[in-house]
Order: sequence, then C-alpha cells, then structure tokens
Amino acid sequence: MSVPLGVMPPVPQAVRKQPSRRNVELLLLVFAWGLGLLGTLQVGWATGEGAASRLWITAGVVGVLALAMHLVVRWKAKYADPVLLPVATLLTELGLVMIYRIDVAAAQRALLNGNPEPTPDVYSQLTWFAVAVILFISVLVLLRDHRMLQRYTYTFGLAGLVLLILPLAPFIGTTVNGATLWIRLGGFSFQPAEVAKILLTIFFAGYLVEKRDSLALVRTKFLGIGLPRLKDLGPILIAWLVSLAVLVFETDLGTSLLFFGLFVSMLYIATQRRSWLILGGILFVAGAAAAYYLFGHVRLRVEVWLDPWAYADTSGYQIVQSLFGLANGGILGAGLGQGFPNLVPFASTDFIVAALGEELGVTGLIAMLLLYAVLIERGLRAAVSVRDSFGQLLAAGLSITLALQVFVIIGGVTRLIPLTGLTTPFLSYGGSSLIANWIIVALLLRISDRARRPEATIPSPDDAVTQVVRRV
Amino acid sequence: MSRPIRRISFVLALMLVALLANITVIQVVLASDYRDRPGNQRVLLEEYDRERGPILVGPNPVARSKETGDTLKFLRVYSDGPLYAPVTGFYSTVYGATGLERTENRILTGKSSLFVVDRAEQLFAGREPAGGAVSTTINARAQKAAFNGLFGKKGAVVAIEPATGRILASVQSPSFDPNQLSSHDPAAIRAYYDTLQQDPARPLLNRPIVALNPPGSTFKLVTAAAALASGRFTPESVLPGPATYQLPDSSRKIRNWSGQECGPNGLVTLRDALAISCNTAFAWLGNELGDDALRSQADLMGFDNTFTIPLRAATSRFPEDPDAPQTAMSAIGQFDVRATALQMAMVGAAIGNNGTTMEPYLVQEVRGPDLAILQTTEPATFQTAMTPINAAQLTEMMVNVVDNGTGSNAQIPGVRVAGKTGTAQTGNDNPAVAWFVAFAPAQAPEVAVAVMVEDAGAAEVSGNALAAPIARAVIEAVLR
Repeated sequence: MSVPLGVMPPVPQAVRKQPSRRNVELLLLVFAWGLGLLGTLQVGWATGEGAASRLWITAGVVGVLALAMHLVVRWKAKYADPVLLPVATLLTELGLVMIYRIDVAAAQRALLNGNPEPTPDVYSQLTWFAVAVILFISVLVLLRDHRMLQRYTYTFGLAGLVLLILPLAPFIGTTVNGATLWIRLGGFSFQPAEVAKILLTIFFAGYLVEKRDSLALVRTKFLGIGLPRLKDLGPILIAWLVSLAVLVFETDLGTSLLFFGLFVSMLYIATQRRSWLILGGILFVAGAAAAYYLFGHVRLRVEVWLDPWAYADTSGYQIVQSLFGLANGGILGAGLGQGFPNLVPFASTDFIVAALGEELGVTGLIAMLLLYAVLIERGLRAAVSVRDSFGQLLAAGLSITLALQVFVIIGGVTRLIPLTGLTTPFLSYGGSSLIANWIIVALLLRISDRARRPEATIPSPDDAVTQVVRRV
Repeated sequence: MSRPIRRISFVLALMLVALLANITVIQVVLASDYRDRPGNQRVLLEEYDRERGPILVGPNPVARSKETGDTLKFLRVYSDGPLYAPVTGFYSTVYGATGLERTENRILTGKSSLFVVDRAEQLFAGREPAGGAVSTTINARAQKAAFNGLFGKKGAVVAIEPATGRILASVQSPSFDPNQLSSHDPAAIRAYYDTLQQDPARPLLNRPIVALNPPGSTFKLVTAAAALASGRFTPESVLPGPATYQLPDSSRKIRNWSGQECGPNGLVTLRDALAISCNTAFAWLGNELGDDALRSQADLMGFDNTFTIPLRAATSRFPEDPDAPQTAMSAIGQFDVRATALQMAMVGAAIGNNGTTMEPYLVQEVRGPDLAILQTTEPATFQTAMTPINAAQLTEMMVNVVDNGTGSNAQIPGVRVAGKTGTAQTGNDNPAVAWFVAFAPAQAPEVAVAVMVEDAGAAEVSGNALAAPIARAVIEAVLR
C-alpha cells in the first residue's frame, strides 16, 4: 500500500483551493448502487423469483440511505475522503444481495420440504442498515471534531470493558453456538463486542497519546532491541489478561485475538518501539499455547483446522462445507443464484464469504478483498495525513480493527488460520456488526475531513512538537 | 507516527496477499480435488438438474433418472435395487455416491471428454446436456441366481467369464436399497443410512470385492498349482497324509476334518488329497514348496495386487514372511491368507482359462446419450499363472472333486463341473466361512464362480452344503 508520507502541506493551503471531491463520491455511490441492483436482479432471474417486490424495496431503500449519507457528508464533512463511503456502501450491498439470495434458497427449500416459508432476513438487515445510517449521520452531525472524543478517554475505556464482559452477566448474557458473546434484552439480542471494539479503540488512542512518552522509554537493550521498563508493562499485561478472560469465559477466540492484536499494534504505533511488538508476540504465543493445552474448545478448533476432513461430519462440517462451496465456485463462480450457498451452516453470518466465493468465484472474492484493502488503505491514509496524534492513532486503530477482523474471519472460513467466530464487516447478517462498522466509517470520514480540510486549524496540545524524538 | 503506520500497513498488505493466495489455491488449484471428495453434495445437487445416464444390465437400465417435476428435476431410480447394489452403488444428496455411480460419474453426467462432440451438438441445438450410459458386464440371470441363493445368508458371490475377465455376477447379502438413499427426502435418507450403519451385518460393505476372509481349503488350488509348477509333483505323486501333521518347529498339530488318515497307510495321491481336501497332505506340501513358491503362485493369480474394476477391490494377501508352521497353515488357506470372493473367482477362472489370469472388469461399454457405443473395454491379460498342461491337470483334479470328492453338491447332469470346497476358521470363537470355487464346462468354461458364506457351521462339509448349491445355480443360470 502506498501511503503518502507527507502530512499536510504547511501554510499556503488556506489560499489554494482544495477540491472537496464530493461529486466523485456521488458518482462512485451511483455506481455502487447500480452494481447492487444488478446483483439483486440476477439473483431474482437465476432463482426464478423474477423481479420480486422485495428486490425493488431493497434497491429503493439502499438508494435513499446512500443518498442521505452522501448529503450529510456534503454538509458536515465536505473534505472527507471520497472513496470510503462508496466502498462501504458497495460492501453492504454485496451483503444484502447475498442475504437476499440465501433467503430465496431457504424459502425454496422450505417449499420443497413442505415447511412454512421462513422470515426473510433481508428486511431486518435493511432495517439494521437504516439504524446504522441514522447513527452514521448522528456521529457526523454531533461530532464536529474527533478530538472531542479524547476528553472522554477513560469513560470510553470503562464502557468498552463493561460491554466486553457484559455477555457474562446473569439473565441477559446468552450463549449461542457455544460462544457467550450475545446479550438479550426483551426480544432483542445484541453483540456488545462489536461496539466495544470502537470504544476501546478510542480509549487506546487517548490513553496511548497520554502515556506514550513513558512507554517509549528504554532502560536496557537486549540484542540491539530496547526493552521497556518493568513498571511500564502494566497496560500490555492488563490487555493480555482481559483478552485471555474473553477467551476463557466467553470462549470467543475471535474477539480475544482482535483486541490483543489491536492493542499491541497501537502501542507500537504510539511508541515506535519494536520491543512492544516482540513482547506482544511472546505474550500471544504464550497465551495461545496455554489456551491450547488448557481448553478443549481451543484444541478442537486447531485440530479441525489441521485436518477438517477427519471431522467432516462433526465439528469440521462447517469448514468442509465452506471449502466445498469455494471449490464449486472455482474461478468465475457458479453465478449469483446458481450455487448452493445454503449448504454451509450460518451462510448469511459467519460464512457469508463462502457463499460469495461459491457464486462469484475467486474473481469475486479477490475483488471483494480489494474493496476491503481500499477501505483500510484509505483509513490509514487518513491516519498519516491528520495532524494530531490522537487522530492519527484513532484512524490507524480503527483501520487496523477492520483489517484484523477481515483477516481473522476470512482466513478462518478459507482455512488459512483456525476458524473463529467473527462477523465479516458490512457483509454479515446482523445488526450490531453493521452498526459498529458504519460508525467506524463515520469516524474515519470525520478524521479524513479534518486531514484534508484547507483551513488552518487550531494546533492540538499534543502536536508534532511534543513527539518523542526517535533514537537513531 | 507515519513510519510505524507504514510498517503496520506493510504487514497488513502481507496478510492480504496471504488471503488472496489462499483463496486462489482453494478455488483454482484444489477445486477439482475438493469436488471429487466423498460427501460433497454440491456436485450431486448440480447433477440433479441434468438427466443422468443409465447403468445398463444387458439392454435394461438398472439405474436411471426419472423426471419429477419438482425443484430437483430428476430422481434416481433403481429397478431391483438390492440385487444390483454392489454394482451400481448409490447416488445420494446427503452421502455422495458409491459403486459405478461414483467411478463412472463423469460418463453418467456427460462430462467425460468422450462426449465432446455430443456436447457441442447439444450446445448448438440448445438442448439440455444429457449423460452417457454405462453398460455393465453383468449377466442378469447369474446375478439373480446368486442373489436368490444367498437369501437369508450372509455372504457374497462373484462370477467371472474366464476367457475375458468379464464379471458376470457380483452379489452380496445382506444388501440395501439404493432407492432409499437417492430419494429427495434428506431426513428419510439419513434415517435409512443410520439403520444400515448400525446393522452388525454391515449391508453397506461391498462384500464381493471388499470383504477379506481366509479362503481355507479353496486355497489348496493355489498350493496344488504351485506343486505342479515346481515340476516335482504330478497329480499321481504320493504324499504323506496322516491323521495329524506335526507342524515343524512347533508343538502344534494340523488335523484332518475327519480325524482320520487320508489314505491307506497315511499315504495319498495329490489328486485324492484335493478330492477329499486332505489338510495334512497340503500342509506338508506347503513346507516342501516353501512360502516363496506359494506366494509367487498366488501373486500370479492376483493376490497382493489391487484391482480397479473400476470399483476399487480390497487387496487379497499372502503373508509376507511366514515361518515353517505358518507356511504350512498358509498352504491350506489359514493363518494370514486373506482373499475376497473376487480373488477366489479369479483363481478358478485362471485355472479354467488354460492358466491365464485375466484382468477382471465390470464396464463393458460406454455409450453416448443416443446409446451409440463410444468405448468398449478390451479383455486384458493380467499374468500367465500356469502352463496349459498344468492347468488341464488341475482342472481334471477339480472335476474329480465334484464327481467323487467333497464337492458333490455342484454336480450338474450333462455338464462337467470343476470345483473346490473350503471352510475357513476366522478365529478361535468366530464362526467359520464356507467357500466354493468352481467353473464349468470344465474343458471350455463359460463361467467361474466363487461363493463365500459367512457365519457357516464349523465343518468341512459346509462348503459343499452351503456354498456349492449356490455355485451350481449360478453356473446353470449362465449355461442355460
């Protein structure tokens, strides 16, 4: 990824007219919307549903929501990156197309077996998208400057921690498919870890900006690598223990991995000390090894990963079906509406990538992965171009969260790494995930707007001046 | 901070490359491997959309696709399902495919390269691509005779045309109904499959070609062939045939079933030893010849080789390095000698075919959707197992077994039948396995057959009592 090194050009920017690129964004959005419409139409034709009403409702609602977001960005974040919003919209649409497609398959199967037609998921996903858009708009309208978040660093940290352990609370915590990562209130269930990842990223950014001077201090050197002081080991150990607790008590391998990876990466970015990465790596290996030897569910995951065929009828069923689906897709895919994505359990949530890979082929998956890459690269670009350290850390952290989550779930579904239960950002069926990821997009837009805004901004208290001088 | 961010983004880029490489490997390199894996229902589901070609016995389809009018357009139907199950196998959305349904899949679906012209035509005419047909070598009458003979018993029958290696019958009991595994009702399929899996008689096992049992006294045919091949023995050679044979270097003894000497003064000719299935004489013979001679004779008849007919048969074995007492036991088809019914039919066929072992095969012809013949299997020689003279001598010895010896139940008026009984012990407490290997007419055999009945009574007579009548019925069915 080529990320321009340069921060903002210094002074004469106020004079030079910075293009807002909003029309580019609109054009890309129309393109994304058109692709989504074509996808839905193809599903309709291929499955014999025709241009059913739910197809037009989906296309219409998505169009209105996308337009609303675009107008708010025009109004509140005029100089924001023009690529972020269309890419996230396209990914969400891909998800909707696939969920619609799996709905159709489920309905046909029910018809064949003489069962009543199941409730289609696409409408509730559409509703969640609307909620996500409302929150997206609220963030852009209410959060005029991302540095406002820095004031509540510890509040966010506490809230994030509470959300993380909330599924363990009596009465509201729910165990689904062996992992305790849901809470249920009334008839309404929610995956708090999805929101916790944003709150904790904000907390890490705020906390690290504050503490990075001492965290970057070096007492001794070992093999040419500066080691941190013993008393500074507290934060990384706490993050490690919390991750382990999530793993042990909620059996949520994915979230555990995500948080620890995020914290260590942000620690490294804040301090520029490779020793933190090494220490993080050692702790990760130690934690992973301990988990492997102590917990049957972790061991089973690894064994299924190494030889899924031996577990093809039991715990390896999902991954084996996923691989069969991908193989069926081949290079160009079976075509939308022409594969058998519903043969994979949880096709619309954890395994939506397998469904996409089956119907769109490796070509479609590569395109999809590149969409994520563009999204993440744009986020990182915002991180290097924004001037304040908090914004840099926050944008980098949010992008890394997305990247880690994409890697962990897609790597798991395609058997690159052991399978862990995480949602696929923007694509997976599920409200918490969709809302959380759209809030991330809103925050990245806010930061990129700040980065590209031509007007001279008030220098932040922790500007480049106070950065720790790198040891050479 | 842009420097560490750039470093991190480099790591993220590496992760992206890993994901891209991995999906490319799965979807491009390994895809066809995954498609062919057992249990992959997708390939089957896709194939339900097309008319799958029939599997033919003679002119009649024993497996064919019937149009249904529902979402899965075609239903696989088996006429006489249990009768032909060891040949056709099943074709299931839930459990994949077995038998010819599996091995000939590319032909039945029309995906084989043999159909290039047809496919182009279909594409041009805008017709739905249809699958090709597979003609088997099975003789319906022989198959039914074997099936009826095995009714109520546990066992297998294989019949071969000695001159070609064509498999005329491949029957098992108990069998299963492939119709119930190829239905469109997954719950019913699962329930039926579970029942089959839990059945201790293991009906899903392809007994004729997969079940390995000690061949017992039928293996004396191999020992006798090795004796003739050595040049040291003729059918008239006199062998020691005492009531018990002291195994060399061992305190154990081999007994005759009768408990008596095989001839006056404990002496017996090779011919008579085979006729009355004299254990002690053949055990002695085994030690005289040595394990290498026995093994090379067995291997020439197909032991220690895996045959793909195109179903993959289990490999029949002669022990690798037996000591003297083990060699004596092996010579009478005990110890670690293991054979399938297919293998023992091949032994009979080789003797009947002037000593030449043929490659066994089950697919006669491949036909296009219009039933035009696209490919015919040509008979192929596997090995020359015996000289024609030795084969003729052994044939006469086998005729003597049926006419004057232990194989009397295989006699057919007006037909010279060559045969050999066998009863093998499968362990200390396990019930015995009864065998009968035969071919007829002796001079120019049209059929060689091996019958294997498990859980038989523990007596040498059970080969003749249980297995020989089935062999006779199969021979009669072919000759009629």
